[in-house]
Amino acid sequence: MTPKKPPADNMNADTAEQNRSGLNREIQSKIGQQLRAMYDDVVQEGVPDRFADLLKRLDKPAGEDSK
Amino acid sequence: MKLDPTLRDQILSAVPSLRAFAISLSGNVDRADDLVQETMLRALANIHSFQPGTNMSAWLFTILRNLFRSEYRKRRREVEDADGSYADSLKSHPEQLGRVEFQEFRTALSQLPAEQREALILVGASGFSYEEAADICECAVGTIKSRVNRARGRLAKLLSIDSADDFGPDHATRAVLMGHDS
Repeated sequence: MTPKKPPADNMNADTAEQNRSGLNREIQSKIGQQLRAMYDDVVQEGVPDRFADLLKRLDKPAGEDSK
Repeated sequence: MKLDPTLRDQILSAVPSLRAFAISLSGNVDRADDLVQETMLRALANIHSFQPGTNMSAWLFTILRNLFRSEYRKRRREVEDADGSYADSLKSHPEQLGRVEFQEFRTALSQLPAEQREALILVGASGFSYEEAADICECAVGTIKSRVNRARGRLAKLLSIDSADDFGPDHATRAVLMGHDS
C-alpha cells in the first residue's frame, strides 16, 4: 500500500522547503568545516619561539634581571 | 617577577588559539602577533586579577579582543574608510595569510561586520560556549546567538555567489537560497 500523496501544491512547497533547508544545512556544515580548518591551520603552528622567549624572559626571579 | 608555573603553562597553551583568533580578527599575521604579544604583557602585568580555577583562555581572549577593539577604534578615527581597510589588506598581502585554499573563505569572512566575525569565530572555531563568548564580548547571550546566526547567513550568501559548484547543486536551488533572507 502506497502512502497517500499530498496535493500537488503542498508537495511543491514542501519540496522547495526541503531543498532550501537541506541546502542550508549543507552550506552551514561546509562553512563550519572551513572555519575550523582555517583556524586549526594556525593553531597547528604551535607556540612561535617569540612568545616562548618572551614568557621566559619575563618569568624569572627579580635578582636575575641584573645579570 | 616569578610566575606560578601552572599559570605560565596555561598562558603558553592558549597562545596558538590566541594567534588564530587574532589573525581571524585582523586579517594580518604581523598585526596579529603584535596583538598576542601585547595580550601576554597585559596578562602578566595584571595576573593578580586572574582568579585561579577560572578559564585562563577566556580571560586572555577578553584581553586580546579589548586590545583589538581599542586599536580598531583608534585606526577608525585616523583613517576615514576603515571599513574597507581590512579587505584591502587581504588583497594586497594574500601571501601573509597562509594557504590559498582558505583565501576565498577569509575574503568572505572579511566582509562581515567585526562583531559578527568575532562571535562566529569564538563559537564556531575557538570552541567557546555561547555563554563564554558573551562574557568575552561583554554582551548578552542572545546577542551572541543572533550575531552568529547573522554571520552564518551572510557567509552562506557570499560563498554561494562565489562558488556555485561547491555550495549549490544548480541555479534553481541557488535561486531559492538567495531569495531566502536569513
